[in-house]
Amino acid sequence: MSGQREAYTLPTQTGGLNQFASGFAAGDASGGPTVQYVCGECAAKVSLGRGDAIRCSMCGHRVLYKERTKRMVQFEAR
Amino acid sequence: MAPMQPPQDDLDRRKVVGINPETVTNITSTDFPGHHAGEDNSWSLSNFKQNLKVHFHENEKDEAIFSLVGVDASIANAFRRILIAEVPTLAIEKVYVQNNTSVIADEVLAHRLGLIPLKGRIEGLKWLKWFFEPNPDLGFEGVGRTDYNTVVLSLNVKCERNPHADKNATEPEEKYINSSVYSRHIKWAVQGSQEEQFRDGPIEPVSPDILIAKLRPGQEIDIIMHAHLGKGGDHAKFSPVATATYRLLPTITITKPILGADARKFQKCFPPGVIDLERVTPSDAASDESVYHGREGDEKAVVKDPMRDTVSRECLRHEEFRDKVKLGRVQDHFIFNVESTGQFPSDMLFLESVNVLKYKAKRLLQALDEMEK
Repeated sequence: MSGQREAYTLPTQTGGLNQFASGFAAGDASGGPTVQYVCGECAAKVSLGRGDAIRCSMCGHRVLYKERTKRMVQFEAR
Repeated sequence: MAPMQPPQDDLDRRKVVGINPETVTNITSTDFPGHHAGEDNSWSLSNFKQNLKVHFHENEKDEAIFSLVGVDASIANAFRRILIAEVPTLAIEKVYVQNNTSVIADEVLAHRLGLIPLKGRIEGLKWLKWFFEPNPDLGFEGVGRTDYNTVVLSLNVKCERNPHADKNATEPEEKYINSSVYSRHIKWAVQGSQEEQFRDGPIEPVSPDILIAKLRPGQEIDIIMHAHLGKGGDHAKFSPVATATYRLLPTITITKPILGADARKFQKCFPPGVIDLERVTPSDAASDESVYHGREGDEKAVVKDPMRDTVSRECLRHEEFRDKVKLGRVQDHFIFNVESTGQFPSDMLFLESVNVLKYKAKRLLQALDEMEK
């Protein structure tokens, strides 16, 4: 738990008719913001940036989960 | 004209519900004015005082069994319904999930937490006030959450691998720390004057061993809960009783002697302890009853404890007991069974239900006074 809330950033579009070929498919791992994921196999924390291969760095498992929101959620005990 | 006084055996017969092989007769009570010609059946406090009896058969903290004799079925049923749905209790009502990475969904977890019975000092629980939620649609502001109406609890458990565990261990309890979340992990956060009110009886779950969730390493639950007063009618979690039931006292009347092998068979028709076997005495054998003649020393069925009977009517199925036995139930003898969830002692709950009914009656009287104005 980092305690910090990760901010949502708009994906920057390189524009034009060619926009679908850019981004993930193009595989440009050019720094940028990274998001924390949890490996579905070994529960290790994996941080991925844009265009990174969706793969756990520890065990190579290909299923990653998004972390739960750090916001408080209210429920009625009913 | 002075009111007529019917003979006592007539009065006794009126009070017994008849139980036949396929039918039940004389169910409704008839002791109200105008039903029996010439009799005064108007309700009187002195008569009621004379007839009302309460005696306990068992009185433990979590189960009370007692007889309430001399009230109408409507009153007895009112007490039962009030016990289930209207005696106020404390239960978790709001759950604020800060983190829950366990496999159990937030709303399911919240529901489970709500059902956990809480206990605390009785005087403290009675001191608690009602909390009213604001309702913007009705323009109702509600009341704020204060130490008078809100009990704050927290649950903060994180599961980790046990570094000292045996390598060959297979049980989660051994391999991991906090693999199971129990009700004992719920901690009470004392607010203001609650400290004084619950000094020698802190608020905690009735049982420390209620399983809430299971965790695996890396998973955690971090929750704050608010408990409020509520009624069972609103949600079952507020019901102070696990069961609150009554049954009528069974009667078994042996009209003709049942002897020998028949007596043994008759005994087997009832739960243990209901029917006893006695010997036919010389005086029985010498009596006018012809069936006794020459049967001295033989076994004879006698009713020992009809309260233990379940009224299965098994004895009515057998040809040999035809016209020898009469089953019934006493209309105004209620055997209550009150089982508390642990917040209040069972006998106190019944008194509390009487209190609630009394308060309702007072409100009705006030409303009637308003109408006359």
